[in-house]
Formats: sequence, structure tokens, C-alpha cells
Amino acid sequence: MGLSASSVPRVWRERVVKYRLLGSKCIKCGKTTYPPRKVCPYCGSTELEEVSLPKKGRVLSYTVIRAPPKSYLKYSPYVVALVELEDGTRVLAQLTDIEPNEVKSGMVVEAVFRRYREQGEDGIIEYGIKFRPPIK
Amino acid sequence: MNVEKVFVVGGGATKIGEHWDKSLRTLFVEAALEAVKDGGIELSDVEAVYVGNMSSGELQGQEHLGSLMATWLGIPGVAAAKIEAACASGSAAFHQAYLAVASGVYDCVLVGGVEKMTDAVVHDVTAALVMADDAEYTAFTGASFVGLNAIVYRYYMEKYGVKQEDIALFSVHDHKYAVDNPHAQFRFTVTLEKVLSSPLVADPIRLLECSPIGDGAAALVLCTEKFIKEKGLNVAVEVAASTAATDTISLADREDLTTLTATVKAAKKAYRTAKIEPKDIDVMEIHDAFTILGVIHLEDLGFAKKGEGWKLVKEGEIEKDAKIPTNLSGGLKARGHPVGATGVYQIYEIYQQLMGKAPNQVDGAEIGLAQSVGGVGGTVVINILRRVR
Amino acid sequence: MKPSRTTGILGYGAYIPIYRIKGEEIARVWGRNRATVPVQEKSVPGLDEDSLTFAVEAAKNALDRAGIKPEEIEAVYVGSESPPYAVKPTATVVAEALGITPRLIAIDMEFACRAGTTAMQSVMGLVASGMIKYGLAIGTDTAQGRPQDELEYTAAAGAAAFIIAPHSSENVAYIEGSYSYVTDTTDFWRRDGEFYPRHAYRFTGEPAYFHHVYNAALGLMEELGLKSSDFDYAVFHQPNVKFPHRIAKRLGFLPEKIKDGLLSNVIGNTYAASSMIGLAAVLDVAKPGERILVVSFGSGAGSDAFSIVVQDAIEEKRLLAPLVRDYVNRRKYIDYAVYARFRNKIKHR
Repeated sequence: MGLSASSVPRVWRERVVKYRLLGSKCIKCGKTTYPPRKVCPYCGSTELEEVSLPKKGRVLSYTVIRAPPKSYLKYSPYVVALVELEDGTRVLAQLTDIEPNEVKSGMVVEAVFRRYREQGEDGIIEYGIKFRPPIK
Repeated sequence: MNVEKVFVVGGGATKIGEHWDKSLRTLFVEAALEAVKDGGIELSDVEAVYVGNMSSGELQGQEHLGSLMATWLGIPGVAAAKIEAACASGSAAFHQAYLAVASGVYDCVLVGGVEKMTDAVVHDVTAALVMADDAEYTAFTGASFVGLNAIVYRYYMEKYGVKQEDIALFSVHDHKYAVDNPHAQFRFTVTLEKVLSSPLVADPIRLLECSPIGDGAAALVLCTEKFIKEKGLNVAVEVAASTAATDTISLADREDLTTLTATVKAAKKAYRTAKIEPKDIDVMEIHDAFTILGVIHLEDLGFAKKGEGWKLVKEGEIEKDAKIPTNLSGGLKARGHPVGATGVYQIYEIYQQLMGKAPNQVDGAEIGLAQSVGGVGGTVVINILRRVR
Repeated sequence: MKPSRTTGILGYGAYIPIYRIKGEEIARVWGRNRATVPVQEKSVPGLDEDSLTFAVEAAKNALDRAGIKPEEIEAVYVGSESPPYAVKPTATVVAEALGITPRLIAIDMEFACRAGTTAMQSVMGLVASGMIKYGLAIGTDTAQGRPQDELEYTAAAGAAAFIIAPHSSENVAYIEGSYSYVTDTTDFWRRDGEFYPRHAYRFTGEPAYFHHVYNAALGLMEELGLKSSDFDYAVFHQPNVKFPHRIAKRLGFLPEKIKDGLLSNVIGNTYAASSMIGLAAVLDVAKPGERILVVSFGSGAGSDAFSIVVQDAIEEKRLLAPLVRDYVNRRKYIDYAVYARFRNKIKHR
């Protein structure tokens, strides 16, 4: 029973969106989503354009994962937060460079490129965007 | 709407727990045989079998449960399929069974939910459960299913200024009633202090606020009026409404983190179909996979204003002899939550209440509601049963 | 080694992870006299970091300062001895992450602590020849220190990135020339399959570091007709604190000329990023017109020397991204046990 079968094509397909935090903006209602969509989940329009989302936001809410799913065991414990970017787009991501007890709802955070997981000891590495307290 | 009336004629369930000696198929067959016997029908009467299950593929390497169970019930030949809607799989399967009978195409249908979670180790189960949310953009972050609910929990407390101790009471409530439920996984009480001092699983959610991992199966038989008359069955319970709704699969796309709009939508439609209001409901089983969800469901079902659902628990309004008897089976926390089976357990428990056969029986219960949730509200299925005759 | 057309630095950036371990903490575990540790503290990568993630951030900082669109970059050269994959380039991920793909020359390079500066020279050649307009050269490492070994006190982690462009007033500095001095000198090496590198102890001093740094610096000054007094700053590869001080003295540089570019005492030896982070730190404070000597050293062995003159654009551009000191001042101390966890020194199987 392979758990969430390892896959190179799947990672490859999603990489640009995950590396650059790309979303889509609905031309009709103006709302943005992450990741990019074919259909606006708010107004149903299919006229969407790809946008590079803001790289700063604030923490809406968060948790500390202490019983992780299998591929994340070695990182435990870690913080997962719902971040609201400066344009209102909401993104679920890990927070990094911060202790769990330092996190506060409402704090400002900035996007950084980090490792999320590996497909086993000899499989590929999956990277993506996490958020941390701003450097300056 | 030209639909057949659908009646629940029988039900069965296994105890929920760590059944090292039972498999997916043996659990299902056990519950199904009991339901068939309880219903006073023959297996050969069954025309279709719907199997609610979430993770048989991931944790057991087994798909095609419809055919598997039909085979093991000795009735290969019937129409059958596995129905999946994460933790609402059981109720989604029931909804499918309801539609099958209401359409008039089938006269007698068996629906069962089954889940086998304990063969796998906890971090594999954790990985399997978060498949209820977006694999690429939620599971990818390392969020666990508990973690997603924890994000809602914290947001709820901060938005409405509610203390964790008032929400955690839901667990105390569940355990109290599970003591008398022979099917329950945990049949002991817990104090609020014990709940609040149990280890953190995903801050702020503590271990004793989380439904457990367990194995179990529950089954129900649904029939048309015509079938009942032909067989001369004694039937007391009708499906007054069976509705389903979805919300965005992920929290990130939701306008309000503290409302499961799928519950609101499904409930509205259900009340309208059953021609009732919330106050007409005599007994409920709601999907409190975590204490915070129990509180939120009470609000979304229309029993309390947003941010005030916890008051109903604190003020005893959901006790057996109070206004809205809820989770008298022990709920997901104490009765247990073999994910794909839970939806059917809930309906079975309501069925028992309306038949006057429930542990923790509500006197004269006539209308009961079962609310089942998949993911963090990605799917909600509501079933309202009504005593007839 | 001066290209026929002058090149310059359009943007620069660095990255240092947040974690630090003190030399005295490592000494505590191994029972060594704390007074003898070679640096006060060193940087440690977090669990979700590697030389590739460092490279992305340093490069992003360089891009922010350069003020050009990522697509305008046509080369990404990454120098490292600790890439996350033994086979699979870091350069492609950096390029994809920053939006530089697909039209570019990309390669990973290895030459111990000199890989980043050699990347710079290679990119200079591409730019000067007109093959490309802008190129990105990165030095990045998450060095592994053998437990109990001398180098465990200094094997650190960091990255620096430079965008090389044709000479123009937009640049923060121009490169007067470079000079490389290379011999087959095996002072430090790692055989395939080994987790930690080995070194030849005292042999890494005079025959390796000093010989190559000295001759590269001298060779550069000779070719450009410069003396040490013509330089306002000197940045040397910094495997510890003693070596840069000694070579500075030998070449005729007073301590205050090296202090702005000498960070090893507070971040350790960042290997391929070492002299490059030092250069970035100097660019953070230098005034237009000032001249900087940079000499790297990579075991194996070789040194690249550069003479760099600061331009007016530095004043405005340096503020467009975090300064080296912003990263240096951002620190969290960890103990040896957590350090061992972070650096994968604890056997799981």
C-alpha cells in the first residue's frame, strides 16, 4: 500500500505555482485565489488571469502540529497557519524560523522558499513557500 | 417532487474499537446481517448495496468495496458501489441508498458504512485522514486533519472571545452518555480537568477533545412502502429528509472560518423537505469529530447564534432531558469515529431512538436528525427520520 | 585576467540562517578548553533549509537590488560543495523559483570554498563577451562538520549572490579585474559516499590557504598596477578569524581595512559563500569610489582575487534588500543536541 504514491510528474506540474506563490485573479469580480483556478469559486466566471501574489501577509489563525502525517515526522513540531496576504488572498502554509510559542494571530509574516518534504530517503525533494517574521 | 416514501426497516452495528481480529469485510458482514435480521427481511430481498468508506485503498490496499461486500454477503449480482465523501462517507452512502429507493427503481436497499483504521500506525492514519482536504495545497503543508480543525478552533475563540474550557465541555458530555452505549469505543466518563490537561495534538486541540481512531461498521435497510406491504413488515420510521451540500474543500477559500455553510445549506433544505423547524427536533446526533465542531454545528443547525453554541452545552440544553438532546450515543468522541462508518452509526442511533430501543432513550422521540461532515465541512449530509404510525 | 569589456555588479544579496551554536557549547560537549575555540559562534541551517533554499533567497535579494525583471537574467551559476542532490542541479530550481526560466545558461560548480567566486568569474566572461547581458553568480553551502574535529567549530551555512552586468552607472560597483591562482594541492577533500570531508590539519595553512591567497592577491595587484594602499577594504576567505588577520598583515592591510568584511567570528565559515558574504557586508557600508580587494580560497586548491570599485548607485540600492548585518543580528541559539538533530548527525537507522 503506497501512501500517497511518490510521484515526480505531480511535483513537477505544481512547481511553478508553489515556488512563486502564483494565484489567479477573477477579471469579473476581482477576487484572487491560491492556487490559480479555471473557474472563480466566488462568482463562477471562467475569465481568470494568473497573478503573482503579494509576498507579505498576516496570520489569521494557526496551529502547532505535534502528531504529523508520515512524510513530515522529522520536522515535528511545526506551525501551520492560515495567512491572509496583503491583497486578501488566503494561503495555508507553514511558518518557519519561529518557535511555536512566539506565534500570534495577526502577526505580519513574509514569504520564503523552503523545503517541505522528501519522497523517502532516496526520492525527490519538494520545495514550496513558507512564511516567517520579516527580516527588516 | 414525485418520490417514493423511504422507510428504515432495520439496523445493525458492531461495537467500535480496535478489532485486531476483524477485517473490513467481516465487520461489514456482521453489521449487515444484524440489520437484515432486525428488519425481518432476507438477504435475497436486497437489490442494491451501498458501502460508505473513506480509506480502504490507502490503509488496506482495497478498493471495489461494493463488489467485495456483495460477494461476502453471498449476494453477488446486486447493484453495488463504494461511496466516498471523506468522514461523511457513511451518510453519503445512506443518501445514495435513499435516492435509490425514493426514485422507485429499487424497493429494498442495504447501506452500510465500514472503516478499518487500526491496522495502520498513527502517522499513516494521519496521512490518510488529511486526504479529506486538498492534497496539493493543504496536505502538502504538513497540516494534519486535527491541525485544520485547530485553526478553526483558535479563530473561533479569538473572534468570539470564548474560552477553551467552555468548548471542551462537549467531550465531557459525550463521555457521560457513552457509558450506557454498548457499541461505544469508550465507556467511561472524563472530567473537564482531564480533558484540558491531556496532551496537545495540534494546538489548541488536546487529545481528549479528538475523536479516536477505531474500527467499526453499521448498516441499515431501506425500503419502499410497496415492499413493506408485500412483506407485511412492521415499520415505524420514515426518512423525512435526506440532503447533502458541499462547501469549498479548503479553509483558505472560506469567507467565514467559523461557519460550515454546507451544514446551513443542507439543514435548510432538510427542514423544508421534512416541513419542520429546528425546535421540532426531539433528538440529534451531530458530527463532533472535535469539540469545536460540536459547538459550531449547534449554531449552523439553527439552535444558537454564531459564537454562542457553547452556551447550550454549558447550560445543559443538550442533555437527554433538556431541549435539544444531542449525541446521546456518546458522539464521535466517545461512541467513536470509524470515519466512513460514522454517518451510518448516527442514523442507526436516531433510528433506535425513534423505535424506543436506544440506550439513553428520549421519551416519545418522534423526529430525529443526524448530521454528518466530511473534511472540515467540505461535505455535509443531513438525514431527518420521523416516527410514523 | 581582465575581460576586454568591463563588467560590474548590478545587484547583490546574502542569506544567513537564523540558528547559531556557540563555539563554547561545542567545546563543552567534547571536553575542550573553551578559550581555544576558533570562532565565537557559527550559523546552522534549519530543518527546512539547504544550500538551494539559501541560494534562492540570496538571489532574490540580489534581484531586488538590481531592479531588473527575472527574465532578463540569462545565466545562473551556483557554486557549492553541499548541494541537496548529488546529481540534479540547484541552478535550475533557483531559476524556476525566481522566474528566470527557460532561456538561460545554468550550471552547478564545485571547487570547495571558491566555487562561488569562480562562478562570478565565469559569469563575468559571459557578460563581457556579450553572450549575455545579465548573469547571476551564487556561492552557497551548508557545510558538514565532522564531530569532534577542529572544523566542527567553524563549518557553517550561508549564501551570497551577485548579478553581473556590463559596466554602467546603474551598477553598485565595477570589477577592475580578477586573477586566479590554482595548483593541485589536496588540503581538504571528501571521497564519494563519505558523509564528512577530511583535511590535512596544519598542511591547510601555509601550503594551501596562505600560498594561494597571497599569490592571487599579488598577481592581481601586479596585473592592475595596484598596491595594498590603493584598497580601502580587503575581504579574504574566512575559515576562522586568525587566517584572514595573518594574510592581511602579510599583504600590508591594517586590521581596520578587513573588519567590515570579516564575519567568521559570528557566523563561522560559510564555505563557498565565505568571501562573498564578506564582500556583501562591505558593499553594505562602502562609499562610492572606494576600492575593495576580495580573495577567496577553495581547497584543492585555488584562489580568485578581484578588485572592485564602488559606484554611486550603491547608496540607493543597498537599502532595497536586507543587509548582511540584518541577517547576522537575527539569531537564535541552539545547544549541541538540537544542533545534532538539525545537522542529521543522529542515526535513525
